[in-house]
Amino acid sequence: MVTVTRYTYSIAGRSYRFKGLADVMAKASSLKSGDCLAGIAADNDEQRVAAQMLLANIPLKRFIEEPLISPEHDAVTRLLLDEQDAESFKKIENDTVGDFRNRLLSYSSNTDELSALASGLLPEMVAAVSKVMRNQDLILVASKCQVVSKFRNTIGLPGRLSIRLQPNHPTDDAKGIGASILDGLMYGCGDAVIGINPATDSVDGVHRLLSSIDELIQRFEIPTQSCVLAHISTQLKAMERGAPVDIVFQSIAGTEAANKSFGTDLNQLAEAQQAALSLNRGTVGQNVMYFETGQGSCLSAQAHHGVDQQTLEARAYGVAKKFDPLLLNSVVGFIGPEYLYDGKQIIRAGLEDHFCGKLLGLPMGCDVCYTNHADADQDDMDNLLTLLGVAGCHFFMGVPGADDIMLNYQSTSFHDAHYLRQVLNKKPAPEFEAWLQRMNIIDENNLLLPVNEGHPLLMAQ
Amino acid sequence: MTNKKSLVKDSWSNLRQYTSARIALGRAGGSLKTDDWLDFKLAHARARDAVHGEFDAEALAKELSSIDLPALLVSSRIKDRAEFLKRPDLGRRLDTVSKRLLSESSDTTSDLVIVVSDGLSASAVHAHVADVLSKLMPKLLEASWSLLPLVIARYGRVAIQDEIGALLAAKTALILIGERPGLSATDSLGAYLVHDPNMANTDANRNCVSNIRPAGLNYQKAADTLFYLLSEIKRRQISGVEVKDARVLMDCFIKE
Repeated sequence: MVTVTRYTYSIAGRSYRFKGLADVMAKASSLKSGDCLAGIAADNDEQRVAAQMLLANIPLKRFIEEPLISPEHDAVTRLLLDEQDAESFKKIENDTVGDFRNRLLSYSSNTDELSALASGLLPEMVAAVSKVMRNQDLILVASKCQVVSKFRNTIGLPGRLSIRLQPNHPTDDAKGIGASILDGLMYGCGDAVIGINPATDSVDGVHRLLSSIDELIQRFEIPTQSCVLAHISTQLKAMERGAPVDIVFQSIAGTEAANKSFGTDLNQLAEAQQAALSLNRGTVGQNVMYFETGQGSCLSAQAHHGVDQQTLEARAYGVAKKFDPLLLNSVVGFIGPEYLYDGKQIIRAGLEDHFCGKLLGLPMGCDVCYTNHADADQDDMDNLLTLLGVAGCHFFMGVPGADDIMLNYQSTSFHDAHYLRQVLNKKPAPEFEAWLQRMNIIDENNLLLPVNEGHPLLMAQ
Repeated sequence: MTNKKSLVKDSWSNLRQYTSARIALGRAGGSLKTDDWLDFKLAHARARDAVHGEFDAEALAKELSSIDLPALLVSSRIKDRAEFLKRPDLGRRLDTVSKRLLSESSDTTSDLVIVVSDGLSASAVHAHVADVLSKLMPKLLEASWSLLPLVIARYGRVAIQDEIGALLAAKTALILIGERPGLSATDSLGAYLVHDPNMANTDANRNCVSNIRPAGLNYQKAADTLFYLLSEIKRRQISGVEVKDARVLMDCFIKE
């Protein structure tokens, strides 16, 4: 058995054996309840570090030679291997995982260097290096990466921070949703997207909601985009009927089988991208896709192939990259404590996801969130929000009072967004910032202005 | 908090009539006002307390003795609350003692087993189960349903009714279980119904009635809805996505 001898590591006379590369990766992962649930996590802390030490010595090219999930069985693996660019990889082809960490942290790995690397990397390599990085490493390297995406505004520029306005309502009531949209705009939010999770997934409902936001955007010439986060097939049908679709949403995951459980595949994603591009609704760019992901989704769909949840999450980013998204949102704490148990696990996962996405060249955002049965609270969310802000995360959610009354979980609020912009001196997307100032919502220092009842947006009701 | 000078009011508070979302809160600088922050914290504290609240199965059995069904007390394979939150798989399975107890009570002539479990809110179960059953039981008896003993399961997840129902040879299983507490309600009870309970069933085989509590779906409406669904399941010998509540359209989230 070659693999048994190949993946063995000894510490002070004690020998740790791993079943294969996927086992090393799983055991090297920071502690997550989801990997424990899958039965693939390290048994104890020493074994975890042994796996990390072994992983640090594994050459990056091993991930090309030994795919964690066989390309014969998985269309995502085939996509990732096809897209990986050998030319860009050349510079690092002799690096081990440990060398790669050192390289990423070095002064010479600046924004341009890291951008040039992105297309040469497999998500598995990025996941591997994140497993031997501490939180500050994840923050530092991510902060050196720059990714910019555009539709009606420009997202991801240095010194900028965008917010998805999430005005959900339990019955998709137009006035209720409209009230939350106005509330968010008045707090300077909505430049990433005005994105509604519909309570009911119907073509008519999606069409109706899209039309009402489109009317608002056009009437007030708001430089932003809208999205109704229904299933992709529903959005395709709405487009066929002439609905004003700006960007197309879909939840995606890191294996073919998990995507199938979401009712989608690579062909359908390509079809939706082409359909949205053909509408030509962007003004400053044509990034027309919005993806959401989250650690644990593959296990939840019983489609994890024995691979740890963080590596699978990075593979989902590889899927996203193929479709040049405007936004990629890791919904980090939504899935519940059986996958990420507490604030510590949620914070670590959020930083890992953001790092992996950025290094792969994706416009990363994060739904900094938790459910009431997770051992987490607002202080944990403040920590993750601030850490990700420092790391250069493109966007966060803006939910009225952080309390999503439709999805029943806690995310980040309009107030939280303004906090982060204040403390890190970050501004909204430039086109949106100019609009907010023109509308007398913020002043030249990006502080909120008092708004009286005669404000044009309020008169619109 | 008496000094209002540092606060900014939002002039669109009239929009609150359209949504229960936390809009037009106003601000201290750009941040939440002290009152709003502490209100939020209170709601979350109540939700957390509900998740970790103690389930008193014996007291519940005593309280439910008035409905004239013998009660069997069982337990999932979960040992404590922390494990319950981490291992939903074990919460769907019975421990060995419970399996033996149920096997001995098997009865192929019965229509229905009603299961009660703490789930994610023991307080929901303690607050509402007796009232819901007191409205539902007379309907079932009048329609000549034959019932198995009531099963009270500690640390259960929704699918535990499949193993319970299978061991008892029940034709249909109904579970009343505490839902995940939210910020606005910490004591919502959920009900899940399944025909031919067995371990191969999935969410698609179950019908769900959510948000049972006086301020949500009240006891009478909950009992009416459950009785309607049970009757449909019995008539059509099937449960799940193909059985819809034609009278009340309810979107149901899987909130175990």
